[in-house]
Amino acid sequence: MPIQDLIGKEIPTFEMPIERGKIREFAAAIGDDNPIYYDLEYAKKTKFGGILAPPTFTTTKSFWRIGGTNQEIAGLDNRFVLHGEEEYEYFAPILAGDTLTCKGRIADAYEKPGKRGGKMIFVVFEFNFFNQRKEKVLTSRSTLIQTGGVVKE
Amino acid sequence: MEPKVLFFEDVREGDEAPSLVIPHITRTQIVKYAGASGDFNPIHHDEIYAIRAGNEKVFAMGMLTAGFLSHMITDWVGDGNLRRYKVRFTTRIWPGDTVTCKGKVTRKYAEGGKNFIEAEVFAENQHGEKAVTGSFVAELPSRLKS
Repeated sequence: MPIQDLIGKEIPTFEMPIERGKIREFAAAIGDDNPIYYDLEYAKKTKFGGILAPPTFTTTKSFWRIGGTNQEIAGLDNRFVLHGEEEYEYFAPILAGDTLTCKGRIADAYEKPGKRGGKMIFVVFEFNFFNQRKEKVLTSRSTLIQTGGVVKE
Repeated sequence: MEPKVLFFEDVREGDEAPSLVIPHITRTQIVKYAGASGDFNPIHHDEIYAIRAGNEKVFAMGMLTAGFLSHMITDWVGDGNLRRYKVRFTTRIWPGDTVTCKGKVTRKYAEGGKNFIEAEVFAENQHGEKAVTGSFVAELPSRLKS
């Protein structure tokens, strides 16, 4: 199958509840002790009125999505896949207690010759997140790169 | 504790972010991020799998370093002010590496009655090799209103 045929492939729409405990766990994993991520009393007094999700928190969508990982959906070989780029556009705050609906698709797919011969496959996934008030809160794009074979520095 | 506020008027092009240092990345830290994020690609936690795929050992997810970098950014520009954040993964971060996150304002501008700054950011290892490079746009409050 030509790689371009992946373009437009939809990822099954799924719901993603934004959980306070998960936000705290995520903030701890990136070493961020900002109280906006765990201290409810503090967070209530801010303009957000609640616990805020960190900028890269929607990475945790892996727990909620259905129909396999990005790699599986694109038929890539996990051993040779690198994460090339990640991009976010933020439209409104995401708070603990929100329920997001996530719609994803493959936005782009192409091949390039590799620097050391062979070919590299690029696949761009785009996800749009909407909250329970149907407001678009976030767009994220992930670019995965499959290299021709074993990757060495 | 009051949230720190960075006002638009107090920023100049060329200003640098207070840098953030994450010393000595451990396998435990990588596994903690796997659990928190749901990224269970074995290349990041299964040393035998990682070696068989041609690596010296397991290595950190790019998104962990992107998370460190976003921590530096939100400490700098304040919570909820990011409008765009983009990162590119260039070199891998290995257990034992020390990561330093830095940033610099490249542009400030007003648009549609709102005030924005753009900045270049990067995270480098202890050899000065950039592991993640990127940029962001943040909307900043003004001293002139509210």
